[in-house]
Amino acid sequence: MINRYNSRNIEAICIPLAALLFSLLLFGIFCAFAGADPFGVYASIYRSAFGSWRAFQNTLLRAAPLMLSSLCTALPARLGLIIIGNEGAIVVGGLGAVAAGLTLSTAPPTIVQVAMAIAAILCGGLWIGAVGALRHYRGVNETISSLLLNYIAIALLNHLVGGPMRDPSSLNKPSSYPIAQINMLGDIPGTRVHYGLIYGLVACVIAYFLIQRTTFGFAARVAGGNIRAARIAGLPVGKLTMMICFLAGSCAGLAGMVEVAAVHGRANESLNANYGYSGILVAFIARHNPLAATLVAILLGGILASGGSLQRSHDLPDATVLVFQGLVFLVVLFSESLYGRFFKEGSGVRGQRSAVTI
Amino acid sequence: MDQALGWWGVPLAIAAGTLRGSAPFLFVSLGECLTEKSGKINLGLEGTLLIGAMSAYAIAYLTGSPWLGVITAGVAGMMLGVIHGWLSQQPRVNDVAVGIAMIIFGSGIAFFLGKPFIQPSAPPLPALQFGAWSNLPQVQSALQISPLFLLGVAIAPLMQWFFRSTRWGLYIRAVGDSPDAAKAMGISIFKVRMLCIVAGSFLAGIGGAYLSLYYPGSWNERISGGQGLMAVALVIFARWRPMQCLYASLLFGGAQAIGPALQSVGIDSYYYLFNASPYILTLLIMILTCSPKRTLNGAPGALGQ
Repeated sequence: MINRYNSRNIEAICIPLAALLFSLLLFGIFCAFAGADPFGVYASIYRSAFGSWRAFQNTLLRAAPLMLSSLCTALPARLGLIIIGNEGAIVVGGLGAVAAGLTLSTAPPTIVQVAMAIAAILCGGLWIGAVGALRHYRGVNETISSLLLNYIAIALLNHLVGGPMRDPSSLNKPSSYPIAQINMLGDIPGTRVHYGLIYGLVACVIAYFLIQRTTFGFAARVAGGNIRAARIAGLPVGKLTMMICFLAGSCAGLAGMVEVAAVHGRANESLNANYGYSGILVAFIARHNPLAATLVAILLGGILASGGSLQRSHDLPDATVLVFQGLVFLVVLFSESLYGRFFKEGSGVRGQRSAVTI
Repeated sequence: MDQALGWWGVPLAIAAGTLRGSAPFLFVSLGECLTEKSGKINLGLEGTLLIGAMSAYAIAYLTGSPWLGVITAGVAGMMLGVIHGWLSQQPRVNDVAVGIAMIIFGSGIAFFLGKPFIQPSAPPLPALQFGAWSNLPQVQSALQISPLFLLGVAIAPLMQWFFRSTRWGLYIRAVGDSPDAAKAMGISIFKVRMLCIVAGSFLAGIGGAYLSLYYPGSWNERISGGQGLMAVALVIFARWRPMQCLYASLLFGGAQAIGPALQSVGIDSYYYLFNASPYILTLLIMILTCSPKRTLNGAPGALGQ
């Protein structure tokens, strides 16, 4: 006898896995049409993502910003908001971190790093917090406003690194002045992976407990389930919206800080490296569960890491990874319609679906 | 001649930019308007625009006929529309999320297949010359107008009439406003929405063809700066009326032309910020026109449900 609780859990694990496998199959067919050997492509992806310790470290390097970026979509989703301003929050977070790192360059490294993180958290948080405020006070659709803010953030980045913050020695690729080497985030001992990974893991765990185990998280989930009921129960919906949006943005902002302080060392257009859009995908595959997002981020980080080798050994363009991401996203969305279909006659699961939070 | 015009060059350049740059906005917003009237949102028109731009350019290059490219772009857009129309109508699948996925998928396919066409140059669409009466070259070039733009201008009032005075327009409005009533009338909601999404995607694909074959007139991965996304905001601003989509598109085309126009007279210190003016304008318009208290005037009743 499968009880209701178990069947829900089985679905929650099996359906996303089946969706991933099915999208791998579709991707294989796509590659075959493009003239590449599908099994060779699978092998290359596996090799360059998880095949060796060296490759896996590369994957983890990409997973770190993805974890942080995915929270920018996953947290507001619990409130019923679809926010896709991850890219913009990463960019303004990175800019804030560079500004703080350059202003305080002579302070002790720990203080500089803390200041960079705080600046990034504040910038990213206010950026997406504004989306929440517009949603609450003006009824502006949060998906569109956050998307527009992505473009505005990128324009701001181009303006600042091309003018006021420009390092005159950066000729081909306008950049800000570099952060002093001593103030950069180091690597986790024994690896090439920087501390950003720890930031990502910690942020996801905190987000999970905040949403699942605190009164604040409960209030947010209630408001996400039924906003009218939440208002009647006296929950401060506006405050909840803005706080969740602030937290979401601050996570993505921190991703920007990690990229600046551990990878690039300066702000330039590399900040705008699509971690935002991939983060949205991570959040949706993980069904907005922060703990699942860590695993999905590692998986997707691996796929992103394999882009180069697909280009080299199979002569596929770099957009192949983008096609794969799009396929996975579409199949995962389709799989949403399958929940509750498999255990129909078992124990009346169908009627219970509405009580399940996503 | 540049010197002779001086500062007058700025409004002229903005006017020229409006005539040149508003057509993609127009096609995409008309497509989005049609889609939203049936009660679904298609955020994926950005991907459709890119697919349209890529396929138009590729076909125009391979066959030498830009008009064949335009048709292909529309058909390619329709294919994406079928995916969106089917997927977004599955139970418990959110149409906004499908739109985001379609942006990633559509741009992925466009960049994947379009890679070999970045280098070669395709024959552009011809332009109609309306400026022969003037002897100023700036005026002459400002009044070069693409027939595709005129087509878009003609579609706007036609669509308005279609919604207001035809049986099919009524069906679409019924499905968008009150699906239950439509069902009672014996209309298939699935079919009407599917047709609207596919037709809207056709228009968006043609908008993409305009980008790659007329202005800016080349194919690269940055050709669409979010016009497909702004369309959604534009339709809200236009209150779901096709004629107002036309006016809104002209406004946005003009906003897009401010940056380059100022750069042409030597003001380039805020170039990137001026280039962001369509986005800032969209955001401001949404802040000013939206309200948390009521649903917007003219919004289809079942939109996004």
